[in-house]
Amino acid sequence: MSERMKGILSPIIAIVLFLLFWEWLVWYNDWPNYKMASPSDLWPAFWKFRDLFAMYAWDTLWRTVVGLALAVVVGVAFGVVMGFSKTMRTALYPLLVGFNAVPKATVVPVVALIFVGQHDFNTVLIAFMISFFPIAVSVSIGLSTLEPEYRDILRALGASKLTVFWKIALPKTLPEFFGALKVASTLAFIGTNLMEIVEPHGRGLGHLFDSGKINADYPLMFAVLIALAVLGILLYYAVVILEKIFAGWAEREPTY
Amino acid sequence: MSVDVGIENVSHAYTTGQQSLPVLDKLNLTIPAGQFTAVVGPSGCGKSTLTRLASGLMAPDSGAVTLNEERVTSPRSTVGMAFQNPVLLEWRTIIENVVLPMEIVKHDLTRNQCLKRAAKLLELVGLADFKHKRPSELSGGMRQRASLCRALVHKPDLLILDEPFGALDAFTREDLWQIMRELRGRESFTGLLITHDLRESVFLADQVVVLSGRPATCQYVLDVTLPEDRRIDSLYTPEAVEMLATLREQIEIAQGRKQEVAA
Ligand SMILES: Nc1ncnc2c1ncn2[C@@H]1O[C@H](COP(=O)(O)OP(=O)(O)O)[C@@H](O)[C@H]1O
Ligand SMILES: [Mg+2]
Repeated sequence: MSERMKGILSPIIAIVLFLLFWEWLVWYNDWPNYKMASPSDLWPAFWKFRDLFAMYAWDTLWRTVVGLALAVVVGVAFGVVMGFSKTMRTALYPLLVGFNAVPKATVVPVVALIFVGQHDFNTVLIAFMISFFPIAVSVSIGLSTLEPEYRDILRALGASKLTVFWKIALPKTLPEFFGALKVASTLAFIGTNLMEIVEPHGRGLGHLFDSGKINADYPLMFAVLIALAVLGILLYYAVVILEKIFAGWAEREPTY
Repeated sequence: MSVDVGIENVSHAYTTGQQSLPVLDKLNLTIPAGQFTAVVGPSGCGKSTLTRLASGLMAPDSGAVTLNEERVTSPRSTVGMAFQNPVLLEWRTIIENVVLPMEIVKHDLTRNQCLKRAAKLLELVGLADFKHKRPSELSGGMRQRASLCRALVHKPDLLILDEPFGALDAFTREDLWQIMRELRGRESFTGLLITHDLRESVFLADQVVVLSGRPATCQYVLDVTLPEDRRIDSLYTPEAVEMLATLREQIEIAQGRKQEVAA
């Protein structure tokens, strides 16, 4: 069997074994549906609400992506300012750390109350708030640890600061940036779902999960969890693909 | 085209907090156009500071750095630099690294002509087959050769080398000395080489300057009298051995381990 086939088959086998074990566990303990759903219950639940799933998955996805995009813009801006100016780093760092230290689960109801009914805005805001910190920190560290010689080879030729930034500082920081983006995309996804679950009359997979909870529809709740897992995986690998395109040179050897 | 380099009465100090550390003290040094000068001196005496002043990356507190009588006040595109760390960019192939200066300095060559020039230099230093490799795929000596090509690709008037071979093993270093002499024969530039290897200074330079301990002044100047077509063997001739002995003695004086005997 080729390495490639192994790479595709082995995770599939792992997933199938996991589902079988889950099915067996529910069957063996004779758990009713309202206690624990089994994999065979999920598909009917999913199919019954398939239109809602499609619509809400789209909501969750675009809110996460927009929040993440905002986090990238703001995080990179903060990172650049802190990376180049020691004064700004000293001034802003405690603020950012404090901001990041507040558990976002407590911010969610606050934001939901301030902007009542602004579902899209609230969700994007939380996704952004929860995910911009790692980006800002990684970019600032990447830029501030640039060895002076890297700067000097271009500066000695009369290159401007901006040129040094585009030609050297920015590309050199990309591997760290993408490392942070992987973390940030997961965080943004969590943020989106937190807000969707908390907000009444909202949309998104988080909302669908919440209505499953209210109606004690366990198969629906589990179906949402599976859908979220699939969405999370898609998001993560989208970042991995971007990383391969823009920072593939940093990879020492193929790991997967 | 090479230039006359003048370091005239240059003094410089670094200020950190309230403390001021004088590094260079009324240093005088001239390098005639096309000549190669090596600067040796105790560690921490201000040699790298001298390269930063000569390249215009920093301005001296007092005194002047001149190129062809013209005062240097800021970096200029007619300078090429290489350091102990080859600082190659990992996201570029070797040839892309070498053409980097051509993306900064003004010139009227096409991209293709720039790549041709880079390829020619890489061939000269024996890296023709490694043009499209990544820096991490090369050995330390190969990376340093690529770094030399990058320092020369835009035909600088002045080549500044700050301990470029310092991190290499002895045999690789001797290879690179010969490559450096080869490059000197084909390209025209004035050279300023910082080194802590006395044999290297004698082999590569026309003139060796010994700096005193910090704050550094020009303590001794030695004119190298070896023939133009030097080989490593030339370092074992009686006159070379004598020059090396003189330099060794001067270094010990600079380090303060030996008193200067009044002649
Ligand atoms: N940017 C700087 N700020 C303060 N001190 C410096 C700076 N750069 C170098 N120095 C100090 O100046 C002295 C000379 O440094 P340098 O020119 O690098 O010496 P070297 O001869 O070893 O190349 C050293 O003692 C070093 O610690
Ligand atoms: Mg030095």
